[in-house]
Parts: sequence; structure tokens; C-alpha cells
Amino acid sequence: MMASWQAAVMVAIFALATLFTRALPFLAFPASRPTPKFIVYLGRVLPFAITAMLVVYCLKDVHPGTWPHALPEVLAMAVVCGLFLWRKNSLLAIAAGTLLYMVLVQVVFV
Amino acid sequence: MRDETINTTRHIVRTAFPHTIPVLTGYLFMGMAFGMLLASKGYGAGWAFVMALTIYAGSGQFVAVGLMAAGFAPLTAALMTLAVNARHVFYGIPLLERFKHYGRAKWYMVFALTDETFALFCSVQPPPGMDEKKFYLAISVMDHIYWVCGCTLGGLLGSALPINTTGIDFVMTALFAVIFLEQWKVKANRTPALIGLGASILCRVVFGPQWFILAAMAVLVLVFSLGIRPLQQRMVEP
Repeated sequence: MMASWQAAVMVAIFALATLFTRALPFLAFPASRPTPKFIVYLGRVLPFAITAMLVVYCLKDVHPGTWPHALPEVLAMAVVCGLFLWRKNSLLAIAAGTLLYMVLVQVVFV
Repeated sequence: MRDETINTTRHIVRTAFPHTIPVLTGYLFMGMAFGMLLASKGYGAGWAFVMALTIYAGSGQFVAVGLMAAGFAPLTAALMTLAVNARHVFYGIPLLERFKHYGRAKWYMVFALTDETFALFCSVQPPPGMDEKKFYLAISVMDHIYWVCGCTLGGLLGSALPINTTGIDFVMTALFAVIFLEQWKVKANRTPALIGLGASILCRVVFGPQWFILAAMAVLVLVFSLGIRPLQQRMVEP
């Protein structure tokens, strides 16, 4: 355990460094000046690429090469996508997929 | 046509809330996991509360627990946080124009730009007539509250939950997958979506789970700058 003031300094550093990563684009391209065309273009294409990146990020620690060969992830993901495309209901798809995943990792593929 | 009741705080919160339910689930349970982990290193609910309130980053805070347990190392703390959260640098770019006229609320919303809030910002629109800024601000604040509650609760509970929550973090994966499918419906989005998927998978395979995000970010900027003309033509306002 650190002294309380040391822990507080550490927390402040975590907070400021995190804020810095989020604020950087806004500091680099302030609202008072027109945003460069290339950045506006990036802003238009990035959201779709980032969503895909976040899906991969969530699954980054999955190893298809070893047991259970990513089966819980594949099955739950199939349920999420299938239900969403079939019933057009995102909450239903997310809830059903998550519950199935929990059952799979807790009971089926132990 | 103008309906004043649509912009009451109550109505805005009610409209925004259903969109945040997956985040509510994920943040409560992941926050609790964080609070319990932190408590196991000797930092109680008060610390969990302060960290959730001021840092407000899922994976960043889990890394922070390890560093808090290891001892006083400010430089390591700064560098690790920057590395873990580097992906956040991308989130502001699509929102530069939208946030331009948000006034003071803008900097709170920049601070509160987590993966999940960003993903909602890119996929959810307020109904016609509703104040756009207040709608997105409501999402920001609600998500932040869920996280602070989850983390603090975990710190208070301290040890294991009576129910097994293993696997509940899949709720975030599912949320992002659904948002991906939602964006997929618009044909013009498909090329950047596929580029993002391809680059991320490729970089994950090549660089491993720790470093792939930084690599994928670089690859994305490169590919998008090379493909600027064909993509720009397709991405013109609908």
C-alpha cells in the first residue's frame, strides 16, 4: 500500500492521461477554426471502422487454436446477429446472446 | 409543429434511457468487478468511487489496479494509461463538428467519451424536434452514473457476489456487434466497416492482443488516406 497522498497522485495521473487521449482531437482542431478537410473525411469514415475495431477488441483474448476453440463466442455471436436481423430488436439480441454466453462459459464449456 | 414538452429533462431522459440499457448492465457488473478487485488490493469503496468518477475508463482502470498495488510510479502510470487508452484519440474526430456548438457541456462530454458512449453517439439519433445536445448529454451522464454506481458497489461488497457473473462482459461485445449491424444497413458505410474489421483482425493476429489497437489505428489512417478519393465520393451526405 502506498501513502494516501501517493495513491491520490497516481489517481490524478490516471485521470489526466485518460482525459488527454479523449481531448486530443478537440485540442488539435479547436472549434474556433475550420476543421481540415482530411480530418472531416476521417471523421466520416472512422465510426464504422471503429465499431468493427471495438468488436475485435472485445474478443482480443479469444484463442481459436485451443479448447473450447472460441465456440462460446461464435455461438453467442451467431445468436446476437441472428436475433437482431430476424426480430430487429437490439435489446432482445444483446440480452439473449449475453445469457447464452454466460451459460456456455459457466456450465457447458467449463 | 413545435412541441415544447419534448425538451423537458424528464422526457429527454426517458427517450435516451432505453438506448443505454446494455451499457447499464455492462457498467454495473464490470464496475462491480473493478471495485472488488481494487478492494482486494486494500483500496476501499471511497477509492473506487473517486477513480470511477475521475478516470472513467474500463480497461484503463483495471490496468490502474495493478499499478496501484505495485507502488508509487507516476511515469509508468502515465505511459501505461496513454497506451491503454490510445484508441480514444479516434473518438473525438467524428464528433468535432457535432460538439462545436455544445458550449460548456462539450468538455464534460469529451471527458466522458468511453467506448460505449462513443458507440451510442455514432448509432443513436434523437427524435425529430428534440434538443440534440441535451439528448447526447443525457446519455453521457447516465452512462457515467452507471459506472460510478457499479464501481462503488463493488468496493462496498468487497468480496465475491452471491451469483456467478462470469461472462457478463459479453454484453459489451454484443452491443458493439449490434451497432455494427445497424451501421451495415447503410451501403455507403460498408467499405469503411470492412476495412476496420479486416485491419483489426489482421493486426490482432500479427501483433497480439496487447499492441494490435495501436497498429490497427495506424493501418486505418493509412488505408483511409490512400483511399480518400473513392471513399469520399461514396460518403457524400445522404
